Amino acid sequence: MASMRDIKRRRSSIASTQQITKAMKLVSTVKLQKTKARAERSKPYFDKMYATVTSMLAKSGTIEHPYLKPQDSKKKAVIMITSNRGLAGGYNSNVIKVLTGSSLAKEDVVLYSVGHKGREHLLRKGYQEAKDYSEAIENPMFHDAKEICQDVLNSYAAGEVGEIYVAYTYFKNTVVHEPTLLKLLPVEIDEADVEAAKDNILMNYEPEAEEALDVIIPKYITSIVYGALVESVASENGARMQAMDSATSNAEEMISKLTLQYNRARQGSITQELTEIIAGAEAIS
Amino acid sequence: MADERNFELQIITPDRVFWSGEAFMLELNTSEGEVGIYKRHIPMTMIIEPGILKIHKDGELLEAAVHAGFIEILQDKITVMAEIAEWPDEIDANRAHEAEQRAVRRIQAHDPKIDISRAEIALRKALVRQKAAQLRG
Repeated sequence: MASMRDIKRRRSSIASTQQITKAMKLVSTVKLQKTKARAERSKPYFDKMYATVTSMLAKSGTIEHPYLKPQDSKKKAVIMITSNRGLAGGYNSNVIKVLTGSSLAKEDVVLYSVGHKGREHLLRKGYQEAKDYSEAIENPMFHDAKEICQDVLNSYAAGEVGEIYVAYTYFKNTVVHEPTLLKLLPVEIDEADVEAAKDNILMNYEPEAEEALDVIIPKYITSIVYGALVESVASENGARMQAMDSATSNAEEMISKLTLQYNRARQGSITQELTEIIAGAEAIS
Repeated sequence: MADERNFELQIITPDRVFWSGEAFMLELNTSEGEVGIYKRHIPMTMIIEPGILKIHKDGELLEAAVHAGFIEILQDKITVMAEIAEWPDEIDANRAHEAEQRAVRRIQAHDPKIDISRAEIALRKALVRQKAAQLRG
């Protein structure tokens, strides 16, 4: 059995770790609230964007446009959104798993990474990287999403990549975050939505639908990427809050276990001392 | 009482719902030129160019700077999807002025590495911002 001093030392070290995890939990709770509000505020924009693009495609289903048909290149650009910091439970590894577990072959993937954690992991595994935007994840701006999209779309237009994906964490609610791999280009839109949109009134376009598509599709992609960034940040803080919460309660449990052990050891040593004294006194008399 | 001639207007940006309510007329700059829209316009989607957006409402006039995005017009509902929208008092006139200088210099530099069309957009944004900033009461 461990000595009393060892137990005491261990207990105080756990107590100080607990203080750290508790503080981190508080910090991420506040951050979660902020980022969650932000994700919710930007929701109307994406919903509208999706509805508009769907209804546009419903009416212009037959037009030939590079954004709508598969390209020749086998390469696939993946915008990978993870965090810059760890201690967020399974947050980062879940996003990585969603990419490594997908049907995309390692050799075909070109990474556009946002977030150090996923980047380092995948580079170590031998993935190729086109560009790193890790600063953006600290406080994603619409401008950042625009920059990423411009780069990715340029290489798509140049025929360097044939498909574009984004790997991020969908923020369903405070406790449920789903790692998701989403295909951005060529655009794939739910058939049911397209059917529903067909019934709407006839929409006119100025400039012509083809030209308008040229402008609106990149905006659509940018808005998805921005949405993915904002939701990932919210998920990251949510995941960290949960991880720190369970770390704090685990520490609590360990402390109470160690306290019990300590008290037992203390009692044991007192009993032993007493027995020794009594035995000694008996030996004298 | 709600005016019969008013339509529902929503201006949405990626960060917030910028403005939403009823309006009588909406003016803004599109890729096809400046337009003014009343209720019962034919359904139409247009691309927004940097410019001043004007909302006429009960004799009042609200003005804001918008850059890039598109607008969807339905019979009695108009949605403006702006990438950036700012009220005059949110604009930093000095910064806009600096941005203008920077853009002008880039355009004049004739450097093949510089993307002229991007610099031109930046210049137009800067000019619109300064114009909007002057509207501040």
